[in-house]
Amino acid sequence: MMNLKELLINQFKGKNKIKANMENESQKNVFLFEKIFQKGLGLTGILLIVVLLSIFITLLISSTPSIKHLGIKFLYGRAWNPVTDEYGALPFLIGTLLTSLLALIISTPFALSTAIFLGEYYPSGIVSNIFKNIIELLASIPSVVYGFWGIVILVPIIRNLELKMHVLPYGVGILTSSIILAIMIIPYSVSLSRQVISMVPPTLKEGAYSLGATRFEVIIKIIIPHTRSGLFAAILLALGRALGETMAVTMLIGNSHNLPTSIFSPGNTMASVIANEFTEATGNVYLSVLIEMGLLLFVVTTLINISGRQIIKRYILH
Amino acid sequence: MDKLIRLRFYKDRIFKSGIILMTVLSTAPLLLILFYIVKQGISSINWDFFINLPKPVGEKGGGIINGLIGTGILVLVASLIAIPFGAIVGLYLSEYSRDKLSYWVGLSVDVLQGIPSIVLGIIIYLWVVKPTGHFSALSGSIALAIMMLPPIIKSTEETLKLIPGTIKEASLALGVPYYKTILRIILPMGFSGILSGSILSISRVAGETAPLLFTAFGNPFINTNILKPMSSLPMLIFNYAGSAYEDWHKLAWGASFVLIMMILFLNIVTKILERKWKIQF
Amino acid sequence: MENSILNVNHLNAYFGETKILSDIILEIPKNQIVAFMGPSGCGKTTFLRCINRLHELTPGARTEGEIYFFDDDIYKLNLILLRRKIGMVFQRPNPFPTMSIFENVISGYTLNGIKLSKQEKEEIVEDSLRKADLWKEVKDTLHKRGTFLSGGQQQRLCIARSLSMKPDILLFDEPTSSLDPISSNKIEQLLLELKTDVTIIIVTHNLQQAARTSDFTAFFYLGELIEFNKTQVLFSNPARKQTEDYISGRFG
Repeated sequence: MMNLKELLINQFKGKNKIKANMENESQKNVFLFEKIFQKGLGLTGILLIVVLLSIFITLLISSTPSIKHLGIKFLYGRAWNPVTDEYGALPFLIGTLLTSLLALIISTPFALSTAIFLGEYYPSGIVSNIFKNIIELLASIPSVVYGFWGIVILVPIIRNLELKMHVLPYGVGILTSSIILAIMIIPYSVSLSRQVISMVPPTLKEGAYSLGATRFEVIIKIIIPHTRSGLFAAILLALGRALGETMAVTMLIGNSHNLPTSIFSPGNTMASVIANEFTEATGNVYLSVLIEMGLLLFVVTTLINISGRQIIKRYILH
Repeated sequence: MDKLIRLRFYKDRIFKSGIILMTVLSTAPLLLILFYIVKQGISSINWDFFINLPKPVGEKGGGIINGLIGTGILVLVASLIAIPFGAIVGLYLSEYSRDKLSYWVGLSVDVLQGIPSIVLGIIIYLWVVKPTGHFSALSGSIALAIMMLPPIIKSTEETLKLIPGTIKEASLALGVPYYKTILRIILPMGFSGILSGSILSISRVAGETAPLLFTAFGNPFINTNILKPMSSLPMLIFNYAGSAYEDWHKLAWGASFVLIMMILFLNIVTKILERKWKIQF
Repeated sequence: MENSILNVNHLNAYFGETKILSDIILEIPKNQIVAFMGPSGCGKTTFLRCINRLHELTPGARTEGEIYFFDDDIYKLNLILLRRKIGMVFQRPNPFPTMSIFENVISGYTLNGIKLSKQEKEEIVEDSLRKADLWKEVKDTLHKRGTFLSGGQQQRLCIARSLSMKPDILLFDEPTSSLDPISSNKIEQLLLELKTDVTIIIVTHNLQQAARTSDFTAFFYLGELIEFNKTQVLFSNPARKQTEDYISGRFG
């Protein structure tokens, strides 16, 4: 039985007409390899799904001690007492919601303006590139560095503000962490919003211009309404990012277990509690409570992520 | 009529100025932060800084070498795990984009990308640290690897999808088996995408702290054993930033400076590579 | 027909539920140039791609009926070896962008892990490039990337690449539609030279090209083989009205 090389060389030299059939050994191997390769590719895909599902299931299973012990009280309880195994996550839920929503409120005007700037006024050119790069750079700065900068620069400023307002001058607290969070999520809302704004069909805009509209009017009356769902999705996705943000918030939120009473109060988010107490958690229930918070974070951010992407997909298909 | 039109023009101009102002303000924090880091960081940088271990408060000459080496090793091991796996999944998604399974895989990638990094830290703690009984660099790398997967997968998938189908057909028509066509023609053509995706993902995880908090944990000494706890630059920054000591703050500034420079460098490299290695079809 | 190299027997081809080819019966003679012609969507390209079983690549594609290559049913033959004996040149030239001219020509061997000595490689490359009428133009730049050549040269490179496998049949899918008239002409001349070694089947939407270059012509319409005959006969004295209408330009 000739090997493949000999077969082909012979064929090349016109020596004999080769019977191409399955008896050729090396060809059998090729077919086997083909099957293995194709199945293998699919398997890695499945492996990825398995990893994701395992993450969810692990969180679920490890939360069961907490769920059994606390039940719904986890969500509305206010006490946080590792000694008596009494855990109520309400302050942290409130803290998470407050900081994220406040961050959204602060950042959205800036993010939207920048998106309009880059998507409509300066979609290309040097100016565009400079600002695009700066925004991208904002996204590359690590969370700890934001937190550190916040401690050194932002906290004293807020402290002064609090003194002037005759409030306890913690310096750290809900407001401080919201501000840093707002800065951190700007790049995320900008990138998606900008794309959506720049994709408005020119014919739509030209129709309005030819009726004598000013640019301002085209933006407000044509572009914004048209991109409404895309912009909403961008904000939604930024919210998801804010909810999961840990390090900068942990460094600036004051780490208090009490329910925040104002934006100047110190507080905690679910992520910051986990970051601070996970390695110190004694006892099965304590750890499980923290894990349950992780589960909550996972579920909420995943739902926000998926809905945001669905909205974008539907918007694009429009 | 005339007054109304003038009013509209004014509104238009004010609006544009407002937009420009807001945009500049949005970028102000970056410049402020960078400025501070460079200013404070540069004064901390000296030779000692790079080769010494952190010293107790009051002693001079502390350094960040444990963090430098730690970040290097953590990222290296994470890349060894994430790059092959990610490239293969990206290949799968580009080749089988019409399969039903492919939809779910793509969805999983998106979900994975949105998981808060602290949650990943919890997971790896439960999967690796708890069973083995101790913190380790390996567990940290696994957490980082999971974070690196989505960018690598997406970049690979996008680059490979751009390759015209007729190249694949030319190879198959020559009698080259499918798997060889992929491995020796298609994949090399997508190399630039895999590379830029990898470097991008490295620049993203190099600065991550949360996933390392309960996995690699940190180490005051130099450690090259991946089965033991390991320090990292972000961890150093976190620990020293939170302290009250001026000396340690200086270390944190220096470490921040080094970290930012690394990340900036990697971003620039990614951009250059993307342009240079794009194979024209 | 004696001396037929390909024997198509009641071939039907589908994409999912849509029938593309209906009951094709055809014998392709050896060492001749056979043109497949017909208006867009008539199935001629699909038929071509059935011959080297490239049709199967599309998800949902399937066939019924047999195609015999010499005496073997191609669906029972080893797919890889079949494709080495039936080569294909595509509409748009597609040399492998990561390879040099030399590497492109020899790629049928190297990609399959067949180890050749330097001398064997050079022999094969020179022989194939000469046959494709490209040797003189590239012999000094063999190690440059294939993508730097002009369109016509790239197409001849692809022909050389297929020729290096010493195929019995070479399938051409509208090979000159993306080329300028001078390059197209060169390729048509080339076909005439090649037919002594290889049987050529060429799909073309260009009536004049079919009339100029081919010995036999098959006319397809809406998935059916309407007429097959010596080119001279088919063009001057078509047996079917549809053929006549197509040739005289009444539809296209």
